[in-house]
Amino acid sequence: MTKKGYYGEYGGQFVPELLMPAINEVTEAFDKYKDDLTFKRELKDLFDNYANRPSMLYYAKNMSKDLGGAQIYLKREDLNHTGAHKINNVLGQALIAKRMGKTRLIAETGAGQHGVATATAAALFGMEAEIFMGKEDTERQALNVYRMELLGAKVHAVTTGTQVLKDAVNATFQDWTKRIDDTFYVLGSAVGPYPFPEMVKYFQSIISEEARSQFLEMTGRLPDAVLAAVGGGSNAIGAFAKFIDDSEVELIGIEAAGKGVNTQQTAATMALGTKGIFHGMKSQFLQSTDGQIDPVYSISAGLDYPGIGPEHVYLKEINRAKYVPITDDEAVAAFEYIAKTEGIVAAIESSHAVAYAMKIAPKMRKDQQIMVNLSGRGDKDVAAIARYKGVNIHE
Amino acid sequence: MNEITQALKNKNAFIGFAVAGYPNFEKSAKYIVDMANAGADLIEIGIAFSDPSADGPTIMNADQKVLENGSKTEDVFRLITEIRKDTNVPLVFLTYTNPVFKYGYEKFLSKMKSLDVQGIIMPDMPLEEQEAFINIAQQYGRAFIQLVTLQSGNRLPKIVSHASGFIYVVSSLGITGSRHKLSNEANEIVTRIKELTDIPVAVGFGINTYDQAKLFSSADAIIVGSALVKIIEEHPDDATTYLTEFIQKMKGARNATN
Ligand SMILES: Cc1ncc(COP(=O)(O)O)c(C=O)c1O
Repeated sequence: MTKKGYYGEYGGQFVPELLMPAINEVTEAFDKYKDDLTFKRELKDLFDNYANRPSMLYYAKNMSKDLGGAQIYLKREDLNHTGAHKINNVLGQALIAKRMGKTRLIAETGAGQHGVATATAAALFGMEAEIFMGKEDTERQALNVYRMELLGAKVHAVTTGTQVLKDAVNATFQDWTKRIDDTFYVLGSAVGPYPFPEMVKYFQSIISEEARSQFLEMTGRLPDAVLAAVGGGSNAIGAFAKFIDDSEVELIGIEAAGKGVNTQQTAATMALGTKGIFHGMKSQFLQSTDGQIDPVYSISAGLDYPGIGPEHVYLKEINRAKYVPITDDEAVAAFEYIAKTEGIVAAIESSHAVAYAMKIAPKMRKDQQIMVNLSGRGDKDVAAIARYKGVNIHE
Repeated sequence: MNEITQALKNKNAFIGFAVAGYPNFEKSAKYIVDMANAGADLIEIGIAFSDPSADGPTIMNADQKVLENGSKTEDVFRLITEIRKDTNVPLVFLTYTNPVFKYGYEKFLSKMKSLDVQGIIMPDMPLEEQEAFINIAQQYGRAFIQLVTLQSGNRLPKIVSHASGFIYVVSSLGITGSRHKLSNEANEIVTRIKELTDIPVAVGFGINTYDQAKLFSSADAIIVGSALVKIIEEHPDDATTYLTEFIQKMKGARNATN
């Protein structure tokens, strides 16, 4: 951060006065516990003994050989308990909530992975959980809705606005303003008002912390490029964090182009967005010239978001990271490719990053190496991909 | 800004709200003038936003309708020009930060000055983020309306010290929209504010009945939003008499208390 809560000119705390005391309370707790040894020990214990960390760094031999260029390594966040990187952040925030004496967790969710992780933590800690999910997402990720309910959470289908992730975020903030005393908003990505982008990065940094030493141990050196899909940017900032100071490591975020950056049906915030202030932060957004937030589209419910975390915009602006779009078609092709080549069913979000690796690996030398952050597993997407391919299956 | 003080201070005042362009441009201009003629002492003009996260369903639906009709920020300015032909009632904008940021803070405030709009409320720009905007607002003599809530606690003195125009006390938790039950807790906050400043204090959020209008006797004004938008929603073609009767009833309640 350049000044508290800001990355360059991006970030801040653009929330109603009604929420500021709650936000300040979270900031104080985060400041207090992030360097607290007992807290850190408890979190590490949860990571290792509950969430199945460290996640392995897997050398994708078949893919590397087939693509014929750079060696490809997959950081297997898909093997975490609950099947995605989201659990890292959720366990951290839920532990803070618990220390603050909060008894109720609320969260937005897009693909449902963050909602599932939050419902899981609530079950583990004996807390209440209420999850807000755009109605459209409850339909394309129906299995995750049931999973959340199974874990004891209440799921609200959000019917306002475009009925996807951004509307779920609005609804969760609204719920928080109605009930602040006992409630903690577990934000699922590196977005929103400070301290959320910083707190989410703090908990997700475990990805690059592990990966950095795994690379050194396995290959004796750092990767030449780190690739991660970007929705709000939590798995990407976690995968980038400990490499930011290693200027030889190229950092690449992959955003969802949907049907293409030259169409209206896209979620490519970096390619097409402009500066704005929304969801508590100054960042980049897909919006009209009048500042109305655009409806966005991607096959991936987790990348279907009109904004991006403020630190990513800053990293782009200082030329430390770059951001590239991948279309639905390319992501689906990568989803199928990695399943057939490596025997891994990857989340459609992560498949966007795989697709970009497929593009650049052949152009790189064999002694170069790429890390792809495999942010989640794809079981949740199987039915939707079948539909996309026109295959008729009974769920 | 003085117009705001004059309009509200010790007047048992009534502040109305309308979403600019709702239900359509012509009717909207007419209903705002009707509200002024019915005795509204100040009117907040809502500029529709795609994601009005501090608002309940009534205002959210109105915003959505206006945007579906294709209304742009410039259309709101055109509406104000129309209204100003018929009334001098003090006006303040109510909108979210992004449309104003996108237009450009300075350009927007300069426009407000030329349109004779006295102030602005942006619910998602808290104390922590106001400095840049307030500096320009002062240059153009426009009021930045501060919000105070039941939760503000020790933030109150600082908020009050940055206030201009009037201070908006949010009566309850949550979002805009009519409440069946409303506590008068806000009166305590009003009293605390009055110990710190002479700036008029208004209470709003959830007020929609005669009895609720009487609850906040210590405030210089009450603010009614969703209830007025609801009247227009129910009578899009002929809201004039309903708006007039409602405002006169609420003003009557105010005058009956002091
Ligand atoms: C597996 C997976 N990857 C990536 C994302 C995108 O979120 P973020 O950009 O915060 O990592 C999601 C969000 O739901 C997800 O479930």
